[in-house]
Amino acid sequence: MSATATGWETVVGLEVHCELATATKLFCACPNAFGAEPNTNVCPVCLGLPGSLPVLNERAVELAMRIGQALHCTVKPSIFHRKNYFYPDMPKDYQISQYDEPINVDGYLELPDGTRVGIERAHLEEDTGKTTHVGGGGRIHEATYSLVDYNRAGVPLVEIVAAPDIRSADAARAYVAELRAILVAIGASDARMEEGSLRVDANVSVRRPGEPFGTRCEVKNLNSLRSLGRAIEFEAQRQITLLERGEAVVQQTRHWDESDGRTHTLRSKEEAYDYRYFPEPDLVPVAPPGEWQDQVRALLPPLPADRRAHLAAVTGSTPAGVALVVERGLDGLVLAAVAAGADPERALTHAEHNLSMEGADRLDPAAFARLVAMEVAGELTATQAKAVLVDMVETGDPPDDIARARGFEAMGSDALTAAVDEAIAADPDAWASYCGGNEKAKGALVGRVMKATRGQADGKAVTALLEERRAAAPGPA
Amino acid sequence: MTGAGGRPGPRGPAHEIAAAVRRGERTAALVVDEYLEAIAAREEELHAFNVITAERAREAAALLDRRVAAGDDPGPLAGVPVALKDNLCTRGVPTTCSSRILAGWKPPYDATVVERLAAAGAVVVGKTNLDEFAMGSSTEHSATGPTRNPVDTERVPGGSSGGSAAAVAAGFAPIALGSDTGGSIRQPAAFCGVVGVKPTYGRVSRYGLVAFASSLDQIGPFATTVADAALVLEVIAGHDPLDSTSVAEPAPDLLRVLDDGVAGLRVGVVRELLGEGVDAEVVERTRAAAEALDAAGAVVDEVSVPAAAYGLSAYYLIAPAEASSNLARYDGVRYGLRVDAASTAEMNVATRTEGFGDEVKRRIMLGTYALSAGYYDAYYGKAQRVRTLIIRDFDAAYERVDLLLAPTTPTTAFRFGDKTGDPLSMYLSDVCTIPSNLSGHPAMSVPFGFGAGGLPIGVQVLAPALGEAAMFRAAAVLEEAIK
Ligand SMILES: [Zn+2]
Repeated sequence: MSATATGWETVVGLEVHCELATATKLFCACPNAFGAEPNTNVCPVCLGLPGSLPVLNERAVELAMRIGQALHCTVKPSIFHRKNYFYPDMPKDYQISQYDEPINVDGYLELPDGTRVGIERAHLEEDTGKTTHVGGGGRIHEATYSLVDYNRAGVPLVEIVAAPDIRSADAARAYVAELRAILVAIGASDARMEEGSLRVDANVSVRRPGEPFGTRCEVKNLNSLRSLGRAIEFEAQRQITLLERGEAVVQQTRHWDESDGRTHTLRSKEEAYDYRYFPEPDLVPVAPPGEWQDQVRALLPPLPADRRAHLAAVTGSTPAGVALVVERGLDGLVLAAVAAGADPERALTHAEHNLSMEGADRLDPAAFARLVAMEVAGELTATQAKAVLVDMVETGDPPDDIARARGFEAMGSDALTAAVDEAIAADPDAWASYCGGNEKAKGALVGRVMKATRGQADGKAVTALLEERRAAAPGPA
Repeated sequence: MTGAGGRPGPRGPAHEIAAAVRRGERTAALVVDEYLEAIAAREEELHAFNVITAERAREAAALLDRRVAAGDDPGPLAGVPVALKDNLCTRGVPTTCSSRILAGWKPPYDATVVERLAAAGAVVVGKTNLDEFAMGSSTEHSATGPTRNPVDTERVPGGSSGGSAAAVAAGFAPIALGSDTGGSIRQPAAFCGVVGVKPTYGRVSRYGLVAFASSLDQIGPFATTVADAALVLEVIAGHDPLDSTSVAEPAPDLLRVLDDGVAGLRVGVVRELLGEGVDAEVVERTRAAAEALDAAGAVVDEVSVPAAAYGLSAYYLIAPAEASSNLARYDGVRYGLRVDAASTAEMNVATRTEGFGDEVKRRIMLGTYALSAGYYDAYYGKAQRVRTLIIRDFDAAYERVDLLLAPTTPTTAFRFGDKTGDPLSMYLSDVCTIPSNLSGHPAMSVPFGFGAGGLPIGVQVLAPALGEAAMFRAAAVLEEAIK
């Protein structure tokens, strides 16, 4: 049941943590790598050993600026704070994070349908380690002991906080999908929700349209776009049910359980930590000079929204219509093929329907253009063109070779013309009848061509050729 | 040469030891053995050390001697024994901060200063006692027991670097390193009758110094002479990429200017630090020091640093606030003490309850409170504004003068137990030293005579940021004047 159908409006604010694709961690020289043996990518700094000190990774600042610029934020001089709370996977028992002076503020993200979601801030912080509870089904309360892996401790994160502008689970999914596309496009993060390099928390509340915001709950543990959508829908409905029963929504943090499809209380507002933020005395303020900001901006690749607009303009489609192709990163291929002379609509159609496989982006644009040209010229049927494309991605061979090897080359326009002429010569009665206006006689001729070509001729092309011949034939029409 | 209190003194200043070892006239092995003997003779009585690294020291000395024999120059501190405050990380050697919570912890790395000392040829003879996590002014708040003042063993050596001050004063090592967060080098230096320097904040890398209050902590040397203090500072100072707050300046040139005198330098005696609460004999020594500088050609005047009077209050909010965060990591999860309990949170509490002493707990609570939601602005925020005022007042003073002069401590060394029952009276013993930590400016204590009972009195030379050269020139003049 959708929230709006019941006269309620869902309000969603999303906080997204993304791990930056730096070579090293935020404050030390340890590798920032996923999947290493536990506690191998560690040093005194990221283990928070007594006496160790953080040194800011310049590359992380650069990527954070890139994110800010891609989200149309103002990049500002910023400082780091300490966020103090005890947690075993946090080596110093405080997290170095940005608080009231973040590096990026006041931006927006535009969804493919044109709506804008405000970005309040996008700030730098360090990641924590990872705790595994052993025994008791992996739950902390029943576990016999816990193991902590600090490989992730100190990995650079940017937390992107959106304004509460989102009004549905679908829009929330679209927002995260678009944000992920941006992060990948600008090389800031590999943004994989399943691996945890993109983590989403959703603040969900409901209200009657036009009324002030309701009490919100923060939902955590959203590991896929699917859980994000399901969790928001469940949580909104839970709150609506409470309110319709005359009960109040209690502000709290809730945990999404994928297996039972429900959110569960994690901690209430009263149990919330007092983080005792104060400026991190071990670091100096970050003030990226304007020159550096300009350099970063100059190197910013085109963003998905711009790429959609451009591809739509070139192919005569709409931004929403080309969204999938841009998401697959195939817009460059289509544009290059078009530049090499390919029919824009055909090229776009192939990219959208026939190039979902791995490696499609490495296709040679000239070869792709040649394939489209062969198809348009009728040398290949749509089905054949698709088969040739698959082989091209797999082998990298030119389309002509593949078509020939597969026996498609006989269907070049000359071959087809020859086959049609042979059919006319072989069945003069049918031909005369057809020329006399008997459209049914055409079937016999097409059938002959098909038989002669073992079914590989394009029916439409054969018909077109027959019509061409008839129009050119002397005698009664 | 005689040491403080007329007892058998050090076996020669560091620069002489290094010169002899470099020339092959003395072996480092022999030097180290002499000092280890001196330690053996009196350590039981004084308890300057938490650990004595005799074996490692002998090995290091032997290696140095082989290098000298091979024609190598081990550096400006060749063969010089050094004592390190036990809050400086030493690879493979226990670093406890005189706390039960770090008992037995052996760091996997050396502090930058330790690396630099080793690279200059110095030989570590041991790790010295301190008030737990450097919180205290008497070295009585140590989990390993108090250190005694070599001058008068009924009295405290000061603190928190009391072990290092006592070690140098007792001739256990010609030089030592301490850390100074609110006077923790200068105050014990004054109490024990040695030279103690707190450099400009950022002059010396803090990498490997176990943090107490990160924005105030600074490592510095103890020595028997101003020249030796200069020598050590030259070795340990200079930019370190591992410390973001380290200044992008090379080490200052100090030895070269040591004999330049003070003719023409303008020196201001800080009015606010000569008033109430400062013993008459200390005021007298400070005025005598002013006269000595005047006699040497300095232009001496009295100046006012009004906000300095609020330094103590600001300090006791800022330092505990930072400490409450810095000491959070001692939670029993990764290293040091762990007291097992039913849950992680209970284990954290049990470990910290057992592992920390009362003074540390007191400051963690103070600092936690000062940073709490709703209190931040009234306490931590306000203290930071006072800090800004102090810097402004110092800056104003340094527009009129090149150096400032003040007592190091309001009194001479006090007796054991005198102040442990009343934390506030203990805190007051740092009133003269704290302003320099809040401003980040350099300051050093130089022995300048004795008070009642033959107890040493130190005077403090203060300088603007990175003004160590002029500060050492004045210190050298004072040292010469008191000979
Ligand atoms: Zn590391």
